[in-house]
Amino acid sequence: MAIQVIARVDARGLSCPMPIVKTAQAIKSIASGALVEVLATDPGSQKDFAAWSRTTGHELVEQTVDGGVFRFVLRRK
Amino acid sequence: MAESDPLNLVLFSGTDDKLQAAAVLTAGAAALGKPVNVFLQYWALDAFRTNRIDRDHGLAPEAGVEGREAVAALRAAGQASWPETLRQAKELGGVDIQACSLSMDLLEIQPSDLDPLVDGIEGVTAFWLSAGDGPVVFI
Repeated sequence: MAIQVIARVDARGLSCPMPIVKTAQAIKSIASGALVEVLATDPGSQKDFAAWSRTTGHELVEQTVDGGVFRFVLRRK
Repeated sequence: MAESDPLNLVLFSGTDDKLQAAAVLTAGAAALGKPVNVFLQYWALDAFRTNRIDRDHGLAPEAGVEGREAVAALRAAGQASWPETLRQAKELGGVDIQACSLSMDLLEIQPSDLDPLVDGIEGVTAFWLSAGDGPVVFI
């Protein structure tokens, strides 16, 4: 089943903490249960998104890396 | 630290590297939903004047030549400036930036001289009261 991504955040090229800040802003604009997809190149983003997910309760549904680009899919709690 | 205890940043230094570090800490905490109190003193407050905020404020002495080059490269790569980082943090909510009233007097700054990022002016007692049991970081 394909996942239904509602919002996208292109944070490629942005340095810490902007990928998280932009995602925090975007997730406010979607409904509970909806998904947001984030692309980032900041090397700290893997740990940052895991920590952010644990603290805020927004579930980290998918996490992949492709050629230096990290992709995260989060579900708004 | 309880969930609701704020992060409290006292900004003293007015160089771009220290203000950038403070802005990054602020934005990261705001993204986690933590309240953040920022108290501006001395040279940090001076950097928040409307007519100075976008100027080059230099770097701390320990930066050295290599540090200068590294910071310049980050900027050239499109790193958000510290005022922009703080604006984004404030958009998330929970960030309160106050000017120290003693520093306002010392530097002869009028409230109308300050960038809209600054929410108000308060004394040190009000700052400690709002700090609650949260950690205090001095930069």
